[in-house]
Amino acid sequence: MKAVITVTGKDTVGIIAEVAGLCAKSGANILDITQTVLDEYFAMIMLVNIEKLNVGFAEFSAELATLGKSRGLDIHAMHEDIFRTMHHI
Amino acid sequence: MLNTQDILETIQMIREENLDIRTITMGISLFDCVSDDENRLCEKIYDKITTRAERLVQVGNDIEIKYGIPIVNKRVSVTPVSLIGGNCSPEGYIKIAQTLQRAADTLGINFIGGFSALVQKGMTVGADRMISVIPEALAQTRNVCSSVNLASTKAGINMDALSRMGATIKKTAYLTREQNSIGCAKLVVFANVPEDNPFMAGAFCGIGEPETAINVGVSGPGVVASAIHRAGDCNLSTLADIIKKTAFKITRVGQLVASDASKELGVPFGIVDLSLAPTPAVGDSVAYILEEMGLESCGAHGTTAALAMLNDAVKKGGVMASSHVGGLSGAFIPVSEDAGMIAAAERGALTLEKLEAMTAVCSVGLDMIAIPGDTSEAIINGIIADELSIGVVNTKTTAVRLIPAYGKQAGDKVDFGGLLGSAPVMPVNPYSPERFISRGGRIPAPIHSLKN
Repeated sequence: MKAVITVTGKDTVGIIAEVAGLCAKSGANILDITQTVLDEYFAMIMLVNIEKLNVGFAEFSAELATLGKSRGLDIHAMHEDIFRTMHHI
Repeated sequence: MLNTQDILETIQMIREENLDIRTITMGISLFDCVSDDENRLCEKIYDKITTRAERLVQVGNDIEIKYGIPIVNKRVSVTPVSLIGGNCSPEGYIKIAQTLQRAADTLGINFIGGFSALVQKGMTVGADRMISVIPEALAQTRNVCSSVNLASTKAGINMDALSRMGATIKKTAYLTREQNSIGCAKLVVFANVPEDNPFMAGAFCGIGEPETAINVGVSGPGVVASAIHRAGDCNLSTLADIIKKTAFKITRVGQLVASDASKELGVPFGIVDLSLAPTPAVGDSVAYILEEMGLESCGAHGTTAALAMLNDAVKKGGVMASSHVGGLSGAFIPVSEDAGMIAAAERGALTLEKLEAMTAVCSVGLDMIAIPGDTSEAIINGIIADELSIGVVNTKTTAVRLIPAYGKQAGDKVDFGGLLGSAPVMPVNPYSPERFISRGGRIPAPIHSLKN
């Protein structure tokens, strides 16, 4: 089972480190990352394997959102199927 | 492989354009609850609903978190109560409504639909008794919804039953006058009612439905309006394509949620309702779509054409996205629940007559329209007869959900709160159809050849 984590907001030092740290702590294995910075606007998409998550997905997703809030970022974790279903036939 | 553009588009639809799943509605058959004892009947109804839908809210919340998409309502629809109430006394029917409310409270759901009767051709004793207590049942409950099917293309219009609805609606308005006549927001009358509709107030679990079924209604007017906005000055062929593609994406999410809910609950998947259901939130409006298409205001000449195209494109896009489609399927135009409709009505651009014309080309009918509290019963019946005849002749569903707001005049405003929004009280043609309506009988079913 895979989830997509999206992080958007103003670029600051250490965003990837903190999000990756939280993934490691929760047992989410990072499979792929794409990241761009446009005019100080930071956008990262991370594909993670959540099969060995050591917390519930709800808790993991809430922790990411809290981390986002504390750094002024918008962080969401969503199951990959919503993107596949919507954009692939 | 997922691409960045697609991921960001989905996020934008949900976070900025109000894409949501309006409702997961679980249909539950109550036929096996039938009993000759009112108390035993209520007990069995309560037990069945609370057992079958025990995990509905939890599963809905889990799916919401899993996919990061809001699921606004979790609802239950049951077998039309008039079909299982049998020989209950009128008080017994009120007791059933209270039982439905008690079950809704236990489950924590938003609405429960099915205080309903199907009387398109004639009325049974049970339907008669149930209809006679609709006002009291709605006044004594909060989340119970009621509907009456008065007409069908096959049966015509039952004018004897229809002529009772004006009084029923007005009494409901009076009994709930302390809450702006909100009881009327939970009462709808139909022609050609669908049996698997997940939307309120008209949801019930029809007689051809299985024991239980999951039906899902999607929303997303904001997503369509934004897509049209981005398209700029393209022609209408291109615009129809854009709407189709957007509707496809919206409906796919509905299908995903429906399949997941069905699997988690162990309940068969019924249908996805291909709907554009607005909310009072700014940006989540069907009227804004029509205005984005190029109308100065919703209600202007051209509105019916724009809506017809929108409705058709939504269906064409949605049909391919879902394995089973049903319910009301189309763009909704409830006045109080749509910020753009409210604004159009307030500026005088949108009238009751224009709304009636619009309902000929879209789902569902004259919906959530506040009219003066002193509107006569005959005039309300006349409005219903007009609207239902559009459905009967055009072989489509039409419905009427009017709120004759007690003590209010044209130009006033009534506020219902939440998804039900607020409605400007619209003026009504004061000339009386009383003699026509009081003739009673049935308007015969229309002929289906010689189409013109």
